[in-house]
This record gives sequence, C-alpha cells and structure tokens, in this order.
Amino acid sequence: MTSPLHRDDVAHVAKLARLSLSEEELALYTDQLGQILEHANDMSTLQLDDVIPTAHPFGLINVVRDDSVRESLDRDVVLAMAPDAEDGRFAVPRIMGEAP
Amino acid sequence: MKTAEQIALDVRSGASTAQRELDASLAAIHARNDELNVFLYVDEDGARAAAKDVDDKVARGESVGPLAGVPVAIKDNMCQVGVPTTCSSRILEGWRPPYSATVITRLLAAGAVPVGKTNLDEFAMGSSTENSAFGPTRNPLDPSRVPGGSSGGSAAAVAADMTPIALGSDTGGSIRQPAALCGLIGVKPSYGLVSRYGLIAFASSLDQIGPFSKTVTDAAILLEAIAGHDPMDSTSLPEPAPMLSAHVNDGVVGKRIALVRELIDGADPDVVASVTRAVEVLKDAGATILELSIPELQLGLSAYYLIAPAEASSNLARYDGVRFGLRVDGEDVEAMNTATRTAGFGAEVKRRIMLGTYALSAGYFDAYYGQALKVRTQMIDAFKRAYAQADLLIGATAPSVAFPFGSKTSNPMAMYLSDVFTIPTNLAGEAAISVPFGAGEAGLPTGVQLLGPGRSEAQLFAAARVLEREERGS
Amino acid sequence: MTLPGSWEMVVGLEVHTELKTATKMFCGCANHFGAEPNTNVCPVCLGLPGSLPVLNERAVELAMAIGIALHSTIAPSTFHRKNYFYPDMPKDFQISQYDLPINSGGYLDLPDGSRVSIERAHLEEDTGKSTHLGGSGRIHGADRSLVDYNRSGVPLVEIVSGPDIRSSAQARAYAAELRGILIATGASDGRMEEGSMRIDANVSVRKSGEPFGTRCEIKNLNSLRSLHRAIDYEALRQVELIESGGVVRQETRHWDENLGVTSTMRTKEEAEDYRYFREPDLVDLAPEQAWQDRIRLALPPMPAERRAALKERLIAPTPAQLDAVEVVIDLNLEQFVNAAIDADIDPVLALARAANELAGGLEGIGNLTPEAFCATLRLEQSGQLSATQAKTVLGELLAHGGEPGAIAAAKGFEQLSSDSLGSTVESLIAQNPDEWARYREGDEKLAQFFIGQVMKLTKGKANGKAVVAELQSRR
Ligand SMILES: [Mg+2]
Ligand SMILES: [Zn+2]
Repeated sequence: MTSPLHRDDVAHVAKLARLSLSEEELALYTDQLGQILEHANDMSTLQLDDVIPTAHPFGLINVVRDDSVRESLDRDVVLAMAPDAEDGRFAVPRIMGEAP
Repeated sequence: MKTAEQIALDVRSGASTAQRELDASLAAIHARNDELNVFLYVDEDGARAAAKDVDDKVARGESVGPLAGVPVAIKDNMCQVGVPTTCSSRILEGWRPPYSATVITRLLAAGAVPVGKTNLDEFAMGSSTENSAFGPTRNPLDPSRVPGGSSGGSAAAVAADMTPIALGSDTGGSIRQPAALCGLIGVKPSYGLVSRYGLIAFASSLDQIGPFSKTVTDAAILLEAIAGHDPMDSTSLPEPAPMLSAHVNDGVVGKRIALVRELIDGADPDVVASVTRAVEVLKDAGATILELSIPELQLGLSAYYLIAPAEASSNLARYDGVRFGLRVDGEDVEAMNTATRTAGFGAEVKRRIMLGTYALSAGYFDAYYGQALKVRTQMIDAFKRAYAQADLLIGATAPSVAFPFGSKTSNPMAMYLSDVFTIPTNLAGEAAISVPFGAGEAGLPTGVQLLGPGRSEAQLFAAARVLEREERGS
Repeated sequence: MTLPGSWEMVVGLEVHTELKTATKMFCGCANHFGAEPNTNVCPVCLGLPGSLPVLNERAVELAMAIGIALHSTIAPSTFHRKNYFYPDMPKDFQISQYDLPINSGGYLDLPDGSRVSIERAHLEEDTGKSTHLGGSGRIHGADRSLVDYNRSGVPLVEIVSGPDIRSSAQARAYAAELRGILIATGASDGRMEEGSMRIDANVSVRKSGEPFGTRCEIKNLNSLRSLHRAIDYEALRQVELIESGGVVRQETRHWDENLGVTSTMRTKEEAEDYRYFREPDLVDLAPEQAWQDRIRLALPPMPAERRAALKERLIAPTPAQLDAVEVVIDLNLEQFVNAAIDADIDPVLALARAANELAGGLEGIGNLTPEAFCATLRLEQSGQLSATQAKTVLGELLAHGGEPGAIAAAKGFEQLSSDSLGSTVESLIAQNPDEWARYREGDEKLAQFFIGQVMKLTKGKANGKAVVAELQSRR
C-alpha cells in the first residue's frame, strides 16, 4: 500500500473516468493524489484481516416494493432534457464498440 | 429576522401572511445576494404561488402545516421540479429536473415556501464553497472569509437573514462545519432519517440532508417536517418522523456526556476554550461529564477520503452528455463523453473522481477501498463502546473559525482537515449537531459539536438547547 | 458435428432471461416489450441525478423460483455496481449481483439423461437499446446511434452453467430445457426472438482427458440455431488454430448470424476494469425461510417431471411419439392429452392432435376446453368424423370455441349412413371395373383411388375407414 503514485497510474485512471488531462494537470494530480494516498497509509499498518468491511452504516434487509405500475414521465419532458434527440430517442455520436 | 416558529404562528393566526413573509425574505435576498453570492436561483414565481396557496388555505380555514408560510432556502443539489438544479457545476447548468426530491414535497406539504437554490462546492465536494463553478459565497459575518462548505450558500442565507431556515446536505461535515463558521445551528441527522430521494448523490452511504437555523427549536421543527420513512429510498429508516420539537426543553439532567480528546486535538485554542466552557455549562445543567479517548477517530479522514471519492466516482459517471445537461461534441461517443466531462467538471471534482476510480480499480481495491471499509467497521465499533459509557459526546465542530478566501485552496489536504472532527459521524451513520457557542479570532463564532448514536436527535436537541439558553439568554 | 481426432469441446453457457414482472427491477415503469420508444421511463431508469433504486419484490420471487427449479441454494445476497461507460446504460454502471448471488449451485438434468451443473443464477438489470444509423445499420460503420431506455432497468436473471457441456447438440438441449423451466416457473416468456432470453457461450477445446484449454466467450446468440452453429464454428476454429501451430487467446468474440462466423470483439488485455463495489443505495437481500417456502410451494411441476408422467401413459412409444411428447410439454398442452387419455381415447391419437393441431393454433388455445377436445376426438375415434373433419372442428374450436357436435352439424359433417355409403361404393365399382379388378388382386394402393372418388361424390363427408370396410366386404 506504500506504492507512490506514478504519472501513468493517473493517466490510466483518467481514461477509465473519461477525463482528459494536460501534461501539467497530470503532474499536479499525480502529486496531489499521491499526498492523499500517503495520508491514507496510516491505515495500511493496521491488522484488519478479521474485520468485516462495512459498506452500509446499518443493517436494514429485504427492502422491496410491490410490483405495481407507476406513471412514467411524459416523453416530451424526457426528450426536452436531451442534448440531442431524434425520432423519439436520445441521439449520440457513433459508438465504437459493442457493450462489454 | 423572525424565527420559523414565530412566522408559522403568525401566518396561522392571521397576524401575518405567507406573502408578506415572502416579501421580507425576497427583499433581504435582493439586498445582499449580489455581494454574497448566496442564491444561484431565486424562484420568485414558484415561491409566490406557494405562499399564496398557504394564505388561501388559511383564509378557507383549512389546516396548514408546522412551517406555514416559512421561507426556506434549498441547497442546489436537491431536485425541485422545473427549477434549475446545478450542483454548482457547469455540467448541469440549465438542467431543470422533471421531478422533486422527497424533502421538497414534504416542505410544501408542511406549508413551507422554498424561495430558491443556494450555492455549494461543486457536487458538495469542498469545505469552503470556493469550488462552485458559479463563484464563491461570502460569509455574511465577514465577507472576506469563507462561509464554510459545502453547504455554504444555505448557511449564508440563514446567517444573512434571507431565510430563517435552510436545507443543506452533510456527507463529511457539510452542514455542521458551515453552521459553525456562520454561527448557526446545523444538524447532521442519523443516516436514513431523511430521505435522499432527489438529493443529487455525492457519496450515497454518507449523504444526509439536514437543517440550518438560528434556533434549536427551528431546527427541530424543520427536521420533523422532512424526516420519516420514504418508500422511494431503500436506505430510509422504517419508522415515521420522531417527535423532536416537543423535547427541546428536556434538559440534560442525569445525562452522561463525554468530552472526546480526539474531537478537540489540533483545534485552535479559542475553539477548545469554547468547548471547555460548553462542558461546564452542561455540567451545571445537571449532566455527568466524563472524558474519553477514541483513537479510531483519527483514522476517519483517511477512510473518508477513499470511501467518499470511490462512491462519487461511480455516482458521477452518469454525467456523460447523453441524456441531460452539458454535451461537448466529439467524433464518437467516448470522445463526446470525455470532452463533456473534461469541460463540465471542476478541478476538485476531477480530483475526487480520479482518487475514487483509483481506489476501486483492479489491484488497488483491497489496499485502499477494502481497507477503508474495515476501518469504518472499527469506527462504528469504537463509537458503540463510547456510547456504552456516555449518552452523548462533545467536541469541536471545526478546528478554526471562518478562514479567509484562498487560504486553503492550493493544498487539498489542508482543506480536507477542516472536516476532521465531523467525518466520523458520517462514517458511523450517526447523528450530530453543531451549536454556535463562544467566539474566536476577530470575534467570529466558534461551533461546539454534540454527537449521539443513531436516532438520538431528541437528546442532541435537548443538550444543544441548554447551550443555546446559556448563549442567548432565552 | 464432431470435432476431428480426439478433440473435445468444453462449453459453459450464460443465459440472461428477462423476468415477466409488471414493472422494472428498480422503478415502477411498465416492463413491456414493444412500447413507443422512451415512454416507459422515469428518473430512476433514466439514471437522472438524485434518483434511487428500490427493489421489485416480484423480481426477487421469480429469481427464487428459478433457483428452486434449478436445485440452487438461496442465500443472503448483495448488489454491486459494475462500472463502465456505455450510452445505453443510463447510470454508466449496471446494478448486478457479484460475489454473493441470490442463487448458488444447482443442476439441470437434460432429457437425454445428462446433467449440467449450475454455478449461479443472479439478479441484475437490463440496459436500454441502441439503433445504429448510417452504414449498414450495424454498430460498425454507423455514423450515429439512437437510444431508447424502455428496456433500461428491466429485471434479468443471469444463469451461469458449469463448463459441463461437450457438444453443440447438448448446448442446444440445455438451452431448450432451461427455456422450458423458465416458462414453467412463470419467470419468463422465453421469447428469444424478442430478446427476452439471450445466451453467451464460453467455448474451449482440449484433447479428451487433458486440462481445459483457453476459452473464448461468444456474445449475441439469440436463437437456439445460432447457439448451435456458433459453438460448432468456434470449436472447430480453435482446433484448426491449434493444429496449425497457433494459440487460442482469451477473448470475447461476436457471432455474425449472416456470415456464420465469430470474430474478435475484445481481447483479454482490453478487458474493462469494472471496479465492482457494493451498491450503497440498496440494502442486503436475505429471504427468510418462510418466504422461500411460499415460493417453493407455489411452483408448478417442471418439464422433466411432466414429461416423465406423460411418457408413463404411452405403451412402447415410437420416436415420433416421443417428439410429440416434447412438443406437448414445451407448449404446456398436456392437460388436453391427459384429459383425453382419462376419457379412454387412444393416447396416440390424443398426442398427435395436440402436437399438431393444437400446437398449430396456440393463439386460440384459450377458446378450447379439455372437454371439447375430448368430445371431438371421441367423434373421430368412433368414425363419426373423418380425420380431416376432426381437424377442421378443432380449428373451429380454437378460432371461436363452441360445441364440437354443433360445429360438425353446422359444417354438414354428419356421416353418411353405411347404407348410402354401400350403394355409392357399388356404383363406383361398376363404373371402374379395371381398378376394382386390380384391387381384388391385392393392389392395396387402389383403396386410395376409391376413397378419393367417394370423397368427391360425398363432398368429403365420408369416413375413409368406413369406405375401406365397404371395399373389403365386397372383395
Ligand atoms: Mg451479467
Ligand atoms: Zn422507470
């Protein structure tokens, strides 16, 4: 967990997050994110193998709703939000690959 | 300005009208909004319609709610149908939600009059409201200083007497810290007490909506109006809203209140002095005081700055230029997504998205995000042990009084440290309140924080009221 | 198809089935195929800021029903987010189950007696649907795409088999049997052509007895025929690649139905980093025993059990009759066959009429009662209706319902009395002496000639069997 952040890590993460960074931004973020991760190293020395991770503050279970239909939004309202729409659908530039 | 409690009384009795109260609020907004940059949008037409509706009901002798005619400011990360909602981000500029958050629906049902949307750190990421794409908000008590954040606009609205109450959201301290810096009551309710439906997510497992006010009673009335189970939020607590305003004067006799060393360590001496004096006041009011050390709290910041960005990186993926909000063209979908997000998000949002993406990515998950979730477990356990010994905990809300603009913007870590005392409550899903108590540098207010276990709001309000009575003399 | 030499294919299937709920997985929008684009959408299934998911109880119950039918263990489960950007996925993450699925383990027995293990059957949400404009209408070469989110958030169960399948025929049988189970549980309508059941296949090859080879995942198999063809193509491709000195790379491949080939979609190196983590907007799912039992008790018998029960009622069934049993079970028609057998109608006749006439008129099956079916077959069996007439009556019953006797009467199907049939046959014998002579000498084919002539004269009212009896008596 003491891996100091590398410029390429930040570049990779930016690509995953669909952000494009200039060289200066890359350098700055590498430095700043590195500092934050270094601060997080105070957790790395803890022996927590037996601790159960908490993803939720408390344990509600089986929260479900009835399978009954509620009114949907009006399509004109929906498409009015769209940056681009055509033929009742949201329009996007070409998609380069199939969904994973 | 009148309290919300007083306005509602006057409107119900006919001594005033909702429209008259709204005019006063709008006048105060128009007088100082250009200077302070509190409201991003003032919904005059909507507010006038809501106020008229309340007045009509009063005239017809119909029942009006506990917030009848009370103007309320709404942090601009809560959806209100037809009203621009931006999260202070270019990426949502101009977006008008086709639906309302549950809290908005409940406010209207309680007779409140939402007057507009207040400034925040972009997507609630920040502690000074300097990260807004639409300029910083100034602290009404000293316009050369920040109001705190991320709910700085809502805090400033109440501090500048634009509205008696406001809604903020608190993910790591974003209500309590600006409340402290602006001299207000600010409440972070137990996780699940207030519905998150329609609150634009920052970090889903930490976010809670809560009140700002000048009095404990007003905060209690507002929280009662918005709390209680909501079937639209799977993490909503199953029970109806608790009785809070009826218990504000219950006092602290026999309560065990623990001063926690880790919740004052590193705070400015003025702040520590205020906490120390608050402890004396509570003791004089009949509480049993003890001192505790909870070393796990020191890990809160590290865990928080992995968990919150991790959730945020996923929550903010949907801002992709496809369905709503900003689109910057690109030759294919990926290029369009990237151009949109690069242009639409500010620096702090990008920083946290990248941090969270990194913490979740293959090869780093266990070391960072996974470890942080375990630390979270430890923090919850540590709080449980503390609450076996004490009913409530006490410490500082923020390490210092309101700080000058730009003093922490160049160093993210320095800014993050503003939340060191507030973060643990969010990680544990528990409740806390910041009470204005005492003063520090330049006569600016200091905040004292009272913490309690989940569903302890009534006890927190009662203890806060003891401090309030001492401070205000009423 | 068999692979050359001692090569053997190793196949595991991932079947996605849309659940037949009234509403979507996490919102109250209608789960309805074929609606106008973007009319069944709301803040939740559009992924609008501030929206939150709430789990559909019925989707959970149908997932449990599938698990029970597949002999899985229903366990406490969680939801995760699978993060990747794609325009038909509104939140840019899919809510799915990851390390703790609702159903784990289990198996499916195929009609040929083989058993395929089930690894898991988990809940997840479907995506929207893209239409590609420009180019050939396919994703490659298109210049823009249009997205409809009606399907976004429709509940899915993904059923993952073990790598137990050894032939394309077995893969097909597995998919068909699974489809029958999904229909029987009420979880799905099994309509592959509408995309409500979609299959991905993991295919590798090895020499028998050796460890598994590197596998490729084939996407986009939307019919049993595609599944069969794609697996054969892919297995052979891998064998030929290895035999010519190449190495199979782990990758995702796309099946092109028109060209009949698979092609590289994405290599392992290009694989997404999905950054799975617990969905913080949903709580854990831990169906208590009483809830599980309610679902278990409400489950109707599964196809294998029904198939066995029906076969029991046949004496020494022929292969054709066994095929008819498959059809009857697949189409849920055995109540008609059973009622007929109970009423002493020949099981072979009942099976044939159900597998052909009823199967051909399924859209009207609601108009037909088992009683009317039995009454029609009784008329046929007793010779009061010819086979052709009985089929016509069944067609009418399927189209409009009614009473078989009345339909037969209305169509003028009253059988000729044997007296008048006898005289018709005699006059035909007199008019066709050469044909009659050949028939008497043993040429049985000539019986058909006389039947045809009688039918012509009686406008189809005669019963073929009765004509033969008249001919025999005069031979
Ligand atoms: Mg899947
Ligand atoms: Zn929906």
